[in-house]
Amino acid sequence: MKKVEAVVKPFKLDDVKEALTGIGVVGMTVSEVRGFGRQKGHTELYRGGEYTVDFLPKIKIEVVVPDHLAAKVADVIAGAAKTGNIGDGKIFIQPVETAIRIRTGERDESAL
Amino acid sequence: MSRLTLALIAALLLAGVVTVSFAQQPPAAPVAAAAKIDKGDTAWMLTSSALVLLMTAPGLALFYAGMVRQKNALATLMHSFIIAALISIQWVLWGYSLAFGPDKGGIIGGLEWVGLRGVGVEPFEAYSKTIPHQVFMVFQMMFAIITPALITGTFAERKKFSAFILFTLLWATFVYDPLAHWVWGDGGWLKKLGALDFAGGTVVHISSGVSALVCALMIGRRRGYGHQPMQPHNLPLTVIGAGLLWVGWFGFNAGSALEASGLAASAFTATNTGAAAAALGWMFTEWMTRGKPTVLGAASGAVAGLVAITPASGFVGPMSSVIIGAVAGVLCYSACNLKSRLGYDDSLDVVGVHGVGGTWGALATGLFATKTVNEAGGDGLFYGNPGQLWIQCVAVVATYVLAIVMTAIILKVVDALVGLRVSDDDEVAGLDLSQHSETAYTLGGGTYGEFTGGTGAFTEAKRAAEAKARTVH
Repeated sequence: MKKVEAVVKPFKLDDVKEALTGIGVVGMTVSEVRGFGRQKGHTELYRGGEYTVDFLPKIKIEVVVPDHLAAKVADVIAGAAKTGNIGDGKIFIQPVETAIRIRTGERDESAL
Repeated sequence: MSRLTLALIAALLLAGVVTVSFAQQPPAAPVAAAAKIDKGDTAWMLTSSALVLLMTAPGLALFYAGMVRQKNALATLMHSFIIAALISIQWVLWGYSLAFGPDKGGIIGGLEWVGLRGVGVEPFEAYSKTIPHQVFMVFQMMFAIITPALITGTFAERKKFSAFILFTLLWATFVYDPLAHWVWGDGGWLKKLGALDFAGGTVVHISSGVSALVCALMIGRRRGYGHQPMQPHNLPLTVIGAGLLWVGWFGFNAGSALEASGLAASAFTATNTGAAAAALGWMFTEWMTRGKPTVLGAASGAVAGLVAITPASGFVGPMSSVIIGAVAGVLCYSACNLKSRLGYDDSLDVVGVHGVGGTWGALATGLFATKTVNEAGGDGLFYGNPGQLWIQCVAVVATYVLAIVMTAIILKVVDALVGLRVSDDDEVAGLDLSQHSETAYTLGGGTYGEFTGGTGAFTEAKRAAEAKARTVH
């Protein structure tokens, strides 16, 4: 199994979710995160006080899938989340040792 | 906070109530036959009084609370809210008597009206010819409430709650009450000198602004000031607060006519015009110098304009109020920018807005005042009376001296008694949690914790059921 972890622009979440369910992915976890890469932050102004905000809001999507699907899932996420502008985000793929469904005790791919 | 100090304050207030309630109210002084209550005036002044309270809670409370960090939001709201309660009591016990009671040498009112003895529902010739004396007292109470509340912006996010309560009581008694007497009290020396202050430029805004500077210097900067981000946590609250201040200010300024008259209408116009001009002045200056017209800038500008027009509102025409407001917007914007270079931490810019705006307003009154607007007022420099500007300068300097000296003494005393600042740990945790054991926001998933205790019928029943269940098993 592989975990595909994607950090994307918040407004792209719906597109990514629809694209993933379209290829049969049945579950995912999302969280609101902050971070920066090449995009860097922006400047905010409060009564003349300037603040550089480095960490920008992003959405992190985590999907665990069987090995053979990982590359396709990554492609689909990349396709759906792309705007072509700086700050579109990144995708990471890593191995997963075990998965357990808490309700039934099923393990690994049947637990996905 | 030592329980001792707490008990001391409570005892002080209680003693006041007891002393006063045992002293019988003397029959109201015979009123001159000419003094007759006007129902229209009375209705307007009762409305104005309520409008001025609206400025403090919720207006100022929200204005300030939006500008602090999330962990201090409740504590900042509490400052304004509890001052409304604290000064309401202080004012009826001794505040009103010190400020407006029978004159003692032009410096202070006597204690004859302690507990509102003799402050009845008949008109009082010197202050309220057409409204009950008590209506005038209530109207003035709301001014006494907002003034110390304005100062709280300077020491937000770091002052100990007990120190804040003590400071407020002492400041109201030893700065506000005497100053109100000097400027508005019957026999007050600045009033006799001819100083013009329609609605409180010196008494309310300069006094709070200058005292705020002393507080900022003596209490010191917030931990991490200049390094850590300290952005406002909820500017929508601040904009709502600014809007409420704008609305309430009609009671403050137009109400200061003390009658429902043409003068009140004129002050209303000047107030609104001044606020509008200053909001635009601040916004355009910021737009030109920093590239963006900020919302906080527009809201701050409106408040700066309201501050500046306050002393002038009953003495100047609408065109003068445009100038006073626009200059206030530019001036206060510049003052707030200067703060970061000077290095003191006036957290919410009380000095830049109220100190600078109030001073400009008091001086501008000496420039733009004209008797064509208010026969009882005076002419300013631009209407052929340079002497008025001099008198305004005297009033400004006198206010500065009283505010600086007394505030410094009061802070020393409070520091010795309870300490001014919270501990570093408490400051990092935030005043909401460390001073009040509460947090302002539990959005996003609720709290992670367990209800561990309570009182009342529900809890009793729950405990009884649990105890019973245990015995069965």
